Amino acid sequence: MITQALLRALDKKAIWLVAILLALAVAVPAANLLIPAGQPGHVPTYIVTLFGKYLTYAMLALALDLVWGYCGILSLGHGAFFALGGYAMGMYLMRQIGTRGVYAHPTLPDFMVFLNWRELPWYWQGFDQFWFACLMIVLVPGLLAFVFGFFAFRSRVTGVYLSIITQAMTFALLLAFFRNDMGFGGNNGLTDFKDILGQPVQAATTRGALFAASAIALALSVLVCSMIVNSKLGKVMVAVRDAESRTRFLGYRVEYVKLFAFTVSAIMAGIAGALYVPQVGIINPGEFEPANSIEVVIWTAVGGRGTIVGPIIGAVLVNMGKSYFTGALPELWLFALGALFIFVTLFLPKGIVGLLGQWRDMTARREQAPAAPPPPAQAAVAAERGEDPATLGDVQPKPAE
Amino acid sequence: MRPTRSLRLIFACLGLALALLAGPARAQDIPGLIQSMGEASLRELGGIVEELAATGDSAVAPALEALAEGDLYVNEADGRVVIVTRNRMYDPVTQEEIGPAADADLSRIRINNSLRRDVAAAIGGLTLMSDNPSVRLSAARSMRANPSEENLALLDEALAAETDATVRGAMETAHAVTVLSLADTSIEDKRAAVPVVAQNAGREAITILNSALGSAPDALAADIRSAIAGLEQERAIWAALQNVWFGVSLGSVLLLAAIGLAITFGVMGVINMAHGEMVMLGAYTTFVVQDVIRRNAPELFDYSLAIALPLAFLITALIGIAIERGVIRWLYGRALETLLATWGLSLILQQTVRSIFGPTNRQVGNPSWMSGSFEFYGLAITWNRFWIVIFAIAVFAALLVVLNRTSLGLQMRAVTQNRRMASAMGIRTPFVDAMTFGLGSGIAGLAGVALSQIDNVSPNLGQGYIIDSFMVVVFGGVGNLWGTLVGALTLGVANKFLEPYAGAVLGKILILVLIILFIQRRPRGLFALKGRAVES
Repeated sequence: MITQALLRALDKKAIWLVAILLALAVAVPAANLLIPAGQPGHVPTYIVTLFGKYLTYAMLALALDLVWGYCGILSLGHGAFFALGGYAMGMYLMRQIGTRGVYAHPTLPDFMVFLNWRELPWYWQGFDQFWFACLMIVLVPGLLAFVFGFFAFRSRVTGVYLSIITQAMTFALLLAFFRNDMGFGGNNGLTDFKDILGQPVQAATTRGALFAASAIALALSVLVCSMIVNSKLGKVMVAVRDAESRTRFLGYRVEYVKLFAFTVSAIMAGIAGALYVPQVGIINPGEFEPANSIEVVIWTAVGGRGTIVGPIIGAVLVNMGKSYFTGALPELWLFALGALFIFVTLFLPKGIVGLLGQWRDMTARREQAPAAPPPPAQAAVAAERGEDPATLGDVQPKPAE
Repeated sequence: MRPTRSLRLIFACLGLALALLAGPARAQDIPGLIQSMGEASLRELGGIVEELAATGDSAVAPALEALAEGDLYVNEADGRVVIVTRNRMYDPVTQEEIGPAADADLSRIRINNSLRRDVAAAIGGLTLMSDNPSVRLSAARSMRANPSEENLALLDEALAAETDATVRGAMETAHAVTVLSLADTSIEDKRAAVPVVAQNAGREAITILNSALGSAPDALAADIRSAIAGLEQERAIWAALQNVWFGVSLGSVLLLAAIGLAITFGVMGVINMAHGEMVMLGAYTTFVVQDVIRRNAPELFDYSLAIALPLAFLITALIGIAIERGVIRWLYGRALETLLATWGLSLILQQTVRSIFGPTNRQVGNPSWMSGSFEFYGLAITWNRFWIVIFAIAVFAALLVVLNRTSLGLQMRAVTQNRRMASAMGIRTPFVDAMTFGLGSGIAGLAGVALSQIDNVSPNLGQGYIIDSFMVVVFGGVGNLWGTLVGALTLGVANKFLEPYAGAVLGKILILVLIILFIQRRPRGLFALKGRAVES
């Protein structure tokens, strides 16, 4: 049955995507390590790290796409799952510092010594083991999403209400992690990492390995998402997105479908966060900022939600733009980002991938029947006629949300 | 003439009168005693002060006062003790002017702190019989602060003659405090004193009673304990009331910030993430208005808020209408995308303001009628908070009138309840939408003017309020202004009550968690719309 699901998952697009990602996982570190600096084809280490970071962002965007694009749940708190995964990894990395910290305390991280803590709090126990940290990276975001989602979906909190309370969730976590008493480093977060699995985090080989790990993790996520959306469950998810009440009346347990998507997505986001932290070398409460989570939404929207490849393209493109703008024209970045939000929602509701699809459809149709003009967007026509665009939603099946 | 001078004159006259009454024997002692202070050592000085106080003659008061203030000198030329004020020498008993102090060789009579207290108590006793009620009052108060055995008799005497109710109260309190703090007064007296202290001694009552408790026998201790318990309960009630006030104040701020959001959300189902930026724009309007006033007409500064209010409303309302016509109109029926588009708008607005006014905080001043604070029974209330509460109530009332008594309000309510039916009845729903959005944004601008008085005016001003405002709307439910009011006040008061126990940050986290839990119970808020409109 699993092989069946796997086979179904590997449609042409997904195969290509996974193949490209796996090729990147090998090629980029190889180009960094094997080709000496200065020669054509050499990839500098900072580029490896930068794109490794983008890949984790892409994974986060893909995770959001699974709930938003396929299940219609707009979570404004996915950054929280990402950051929780990151914190779990950060805790492991902190424990690896050992006596090399400023205060050279064998078990306590520097900030705890600084705050006069006597012993390791219970929730830091076990993080010196990599397997335990990995378990927590999956468990903590997954469990939070499960509990949060269970209550939210069971009582049918939907639409903007759900978006707002997910935002409240990440805001509450932001405030909580800012507190020194929480034992997660407060304002400064966790940083100054030394080793991961015995390898120095700064070394080029480790960077290459982390890049490869991110690419492989992303490839696996693509596989998992593809498997889910191509399964029967995936069809029900889309049904929930497009007509929740109708799906419920047809006998499906809508809340469980949503809960499944939400939890899987949170786990993916957590893994992405865990891969992100060793590459950037710091995790602090700023990652919980509601603004960050909303930014993830725009990556997904730019690329094209409801597709597998869209969020990946969106995340990488927007973040490349961000890296360029914040370096070259820092004043303009927020203008650009704001304009992107408006432009994409107004003119690119299906994102770049949707645009490509439209363009392909148009060319295909032109070849078949050159006479038929493409139908203009419904809302625009209605507005021209002086009708209320808001009433349209009720007449037709609702647009994907 | 300085009041102390006039007081001295009064004392002198009094002294003369008393001296006549009391007989010549005492009157003769006084100048001699005062004169003897000239050569006395510190210890002897204490004895002389006691003797002077024992005369009970208010004629000695000026000399004692001068001693306490360091105005009593010895003229080295003739050994005479004199009072020196403003470079003139005066006789310590008769207050007659002797001559300029500048050319005399004077040496001050020095005292220490313990002697100064004795002197103060002695003066208290003397002035207790003054004709001037305010002098008697301050004498009684000073006795309360320095209880000593001698005062008891004086107070008894003074109480018998006292007619003024206020002074009498003060004397009784002083008497009771003295009785309680002395060791050798009878238990009955002390028992009688406890309720007097508890009632009248104000903030110090608990301290006084506690110190009395230490030496009290068991029979009395129970009385004192129950009095302390009563007082502490009373204090707790006042503290709670103060908390309620802080909560109401916070709630009114939340109400101002959230009510515009509630209107647009209620009528259009649109979450306006740029709402916080409208608040910020209102605050910056205030800044600009004040800046212009400071440069051109500083005398108008007290009216700056009155000028800023309509301007802020107009500016933000126009921007709101522009946003509605330009962006949101195209996204109806896609609430989640509206949320994203308005978030983009908020980024642009923030960055625009940052580019124009700079990223730092801008100084917005309080007009004179909004600075300072006043006491209302046990509550300390700052004027700016007070006016903001009043303002929030006014805005709320005005909105109620607009919604319930104008045709626009009627149309808005109709659209909230059933958009398509309203449209079928001939209501121009696009127009109503634009007006609603303008109104909501305008109210955010008004909130900005108010918030500029208590918060930092920076480009991030709105961000700080947006999540709280959402919480209020989500908690209160949409389509009902009263829901917003109740939501804002509940959140404000709950926040302030959690703060002392959990700390500000943890309190806020608790509130957020509670709201998230609350939403599970009532997914549509406290005052939810009912009927078929809900699902659409």
